[in-house]
Amino acid sequence: MDFVGILTVFMLALFVGFELIAKIPPLLHTPLMSGSNAISGITVIGAMLSVASPNRFSTALGFIAIVFATINVVGGFLVTHRMLGMFKKRD
Amino acid sequence: MTQIINVAYLVASVLFILGIKGLSHPRTAVRGNLYGAVGMLVAMVATLADRQVIGSGPQALGILAGGLALGALIGATLALKVQMTAMPQMVALLNGFGGGASVLVAGGALIDTANPTTQMSVATVASGIIGGVTFWGSLVAFDKLQEMLLPGRPIVFPGQQIVNALLGLVALGLGAVVVADPTATWAFWALVVVASVAGILLTIPIGGADMPVAIALLNSYSGLAAAATGFVLSNTVLIITGSLVGASGLILTQIMCRAMNRSLWNVLSGAIGPAGKAASADDVYGGRVKSTSAEEIAMLLDGARRIVIVPGYGLAVSQAQHSVRELTKLLESRGSEVEFAIHPVAGRMPGHMNVLLAEADIDYDKLKEMDEINPTFEQTDVAIVLGANDVVNPLARTDPASPIAGMPILNVDKAKTVVVIKRSLSPGFAGIPNPLFAADNTLMFFADGKQAVTDLIAAVKEA
Repeated sequence: MDFVGILTVFMLALFVGFELIAKIPPLLHTPLMSGSNAISGITVIGAMLSVASPNRFSTALGFIAIVFATINVVGGFLVTHRMLGMFKKRD
Repeated sequence: MTQIINVAYLVASVLFILGIKGLSHPRTAVRGNLYGAVGMLVAMVATLADRQVIGSGPQALGILAGGLALGALIGATLALKVQMTAMPQMVALLNGFGGGASVLVAGGALIDTANPTTQMSVATVASGIIGGVTFWGSLVAFDKLQEMLLPGRPIVFPGQQIVNALLGLVALGLGAVVVADPTATWAFWALVVVASVAGILLTIPIGGADMPVAIALLNSYSGLAAAATGFVLSNTVLIITGSLVGASGLILTQIMCRAMNRSLWNVLSGAIGPAGKAASADDVYGGRVKSTSAEEIAMLLDGARRIVIVPGYGLAVSQAQHSVRELTKLLESRGSEVEFAIHPVAGRMPGHMNVLLAEADIDYDKLKEMDEINPTFEQTDVAIVLGANDVVNPLARTDPASPIAGMPILNVDKAKTVVVIKRSLSPGFAGIPNPLFAADNTLMFFADGKQAVTDLIAAVKEA
C-alpha cells in the first residue's frame, strides 16, 4: 500500500478512537486502560515476522520483542477480565 | 494467501474497534474485552500463516513458539497474582513492555531491510523515540508507584526543561542520520538510548497524585509506538490498533488533567504552583482541630440517615476496602443510606478507587461521580473521608492564590458532620494545609485507615 493510503488509514483510525470513547464512565477508566493496553500489544505480530529473519541479531531482537509483547497481550487481557469480573451489579 | 491474511487483519481490526466500544459501557465491558482477545488471536494466527513465518524453518519456529510460551507464562502469572491495590504498577509495567516491543521490532526491520523507503526510515525513527520513552518512562512510573528505588514524590532539578529539550534535539539529529543513511544502525540504537534517558527524565518529575495523568499518557504512547511500527512494516492492523489506543489514552489524559484543572504541560513539568503564599499549617490548624474516637463516631452514625464515604489513596495503602464493605453493610442494616463519592483523580491511576471497591464486592451503583454527588452533601448527615486530602480541600474553591485553585473538589465540608480518617495532619500531594480539618463540623480520627474502619465496626456493633 502506498504512503498516502497508509496515512489515510492512520488518520481515520485516530478519529474512530476519539469518537469511540468520548463518553467513558469513570467506573471503567482502569479496565479501558488495561484492555486497550493489551490491544496495543498487537506489535506481537510484527515481532513474529521479525523472528523469521536470517540475521541472528534481528532474530534475537524478535525473540525479546515476542516475549515483551506477549506479556503485554496475555497479561493485559487476563487482568482486565479479572477486574471486570469484580464489577457486579446487585439488585 | 496474502489476501486471506489481509482479510484476517481486517476482521481483527473490526474486533478491536468493537472491543474498545464494548469496554466503554459496564454491561458490555466483559464482552468487549473478549472481542479484543479474539481479535488478537485472529491476527496472530493469520501472521503464522504468512509465508515469511511459516517458511522460516524449524529453528525460527521454535524460537517463535518459545517466545510466545514464555511471554504468555509471565503475563498470565502477573495478571493472576497481582493485587488490586497494585493495579497502577501493573498497568505501567504492561505499557512498558508494549513500548519496548515496538522499538525492537522497528530496529529489527531496519537491520533486515536492504533499501528502506523514506516512509519506513522515518517511521523507524518515530518508533524508536516513542517506544524508548514509553519503555523507560513506564519502568520509572512502575518503580515510583512501587516505591522501590525512587521515592513516589516528584524529583526536580534545575535546568530540567533545558536538558529535556537538548535530548529531544539530539534524538532528532540522530533520527536525521538514520533517514539520510538507513545502513547507519548505530545511529538508531544511539537514538533509542537518548530516548530512554528522556523517558526517565520526563517521568521522574511526575509524582504522587499526578500519577493518573502519567499512566494515561504512557498508555497513549504505547499505542502510538505500535502505530509507528505499523508504518515501518506497512501493516494496517498495527496502524489501526495503535491509533485507537493512542487516541483512547489521550482522551483519558485529558479527562485527568481537567479533573485537576491543570494543563498537561503543568503536570508533566512537575510544577505544582508555589506553596509559599499559602497559610502555614499552624495558622490553619492552631488549636482548632478536634480529635475524636471510634465510639464518638459510632454515636454519630447511629442516628445518621445518609452517609457518604470519600475514599482516597490512603484506602489503597492500608488495604481497607474489605473492611469498608463490612462497615457499609453494617450501616445499611441499621437503616442508613450509604454512598461513595469518587473523585476522578483519587488514587494513582484513572478509576483506581472503583477497582478497589469493586474488588471488595461493593455494588457499582453506590459509587457516585463528583458532579452527581456534590449537590447531595448538604443533605448528608456524616461524610467519612478515608485517606483523601487535596480532593476535599475547600481552598480550591475559596483561595485563588492556592496551588489547587479551581480544581473541582468534593464538597464534603457541606455535610452536617465530617469525619476525617487520617494518620496525621501531614499535607497531601499539593503540600498545603487543609482547612477542612479545622472546620467546626469536622472531627479528626487519627489512625491507619484499615484499623480505623475495623475499630468503627466494633464500636457501631456495641452502640
